[in-house]
Amino acid sequence: MKARVLVTLKSAVLDPQGKAIEGALRSLGVPGVASVRQGKVFDVELDGGDKAKAEATLKEACEKLLANTVIETYRIEFVG
Amino acid sequence: MKAAVLLFPGSNREGDVARAIKHVTGVEPAIVWHAETALPAGTDLVVLPGGFSYGDYLRCGAIAARASIMDAVRAHAARGGLVLGICNGFQILCESGLLPGVLVRNARLRFICREALLKVERNDTPFTRRYGKGAVVRFPVAHGEGNYTADAETLARLEGEGRVVFRYVMADGKRDDTQVLNGAANSIAGIVSEKLNVLGLMPHPENHVDPLVGPTDGRALFESIAGMLEKA
Repeated sequence: MKARVLVTLKSAVLDPQGKAIEGALRSLGVPGVASVRQGKVFDVELDGGDKAKAEATLKEACEKLLANTVIETYRIEFVG
Repeated sequence: MKAAVLLFPGSNREGDVARAIKHVTGVEPAIVWHAETALPAGTDLVVLPGGFSYGDYLRCGAIAARASIMDAVRAHAARGGLVLGICNGFQILCESGLLPGVLVRNARLRFICREALLKVERNDTPFTRRYGKGAVVRFPVAHGEGNYTADAETLARLEGEGRVVFRYVMADGKRDDTQVLNGAANSIAGIVSEKLNVLGLMPHPENHVDPLVGPTDGRALFESIAGMLEKA
């Protein structure tokens, strides 16, 4: 089973990297960009086919390592 | 005093801090590899050195914070043992939950390598007894991710409990949260745990201990620790 984990900064946390990317897009003349926030994507392959079990595993992975919940939130998506 | 300096893949200041401890206190610290599960018997002080553990992959300090030796460090801290985290070591302490908050990318995105002025906010911790209260000292900083951040509630608790030990200050010795070099909340450079036995700071006291290479403002930190342990 394949899953995708998205980790993003909480909205209250300042994102200097996102701001720099936003500025670069503007200087490239890319139109209509209001703001950019940078995040991380993890594509994870899981053993077995039990979706509930997989979700519990990924939640544990996020809480233990993939996200720092002081500043980040995460979302789990199943692919295909 | 028995000291142990932890070594993670990508640590690069373990030599500096081991030399500083030897230079100031005469004690040769043990270097302890991250995959160990126990600290050397009788360890009083554990130091997490600076560097780029695991290449800063995922988040600074995130992977090192989950190393097997960290369970022993947590147990040591819970017993009241002293733990000092410098730079990447501070990031590891935050990621491991031994200190609250997190260190994120410097507000102006640049790696900062220079001397910083710091105010010693309290001199009743095991790490700062040999400083005057409110003394302004110079330590070097060298970091890309030293911007201390925590939620408003945590910041209020840290301030309320007086757990900010080192704060960045301007040339006049006063803090200016709008000008702080890396954007750190409340100009925070270093904090202690509730029981005052775990200190994390971004600047490098270990690089200012030898008059041969410059100022010696960092000496008192190691003298404080040694003096504290002798008394015990």
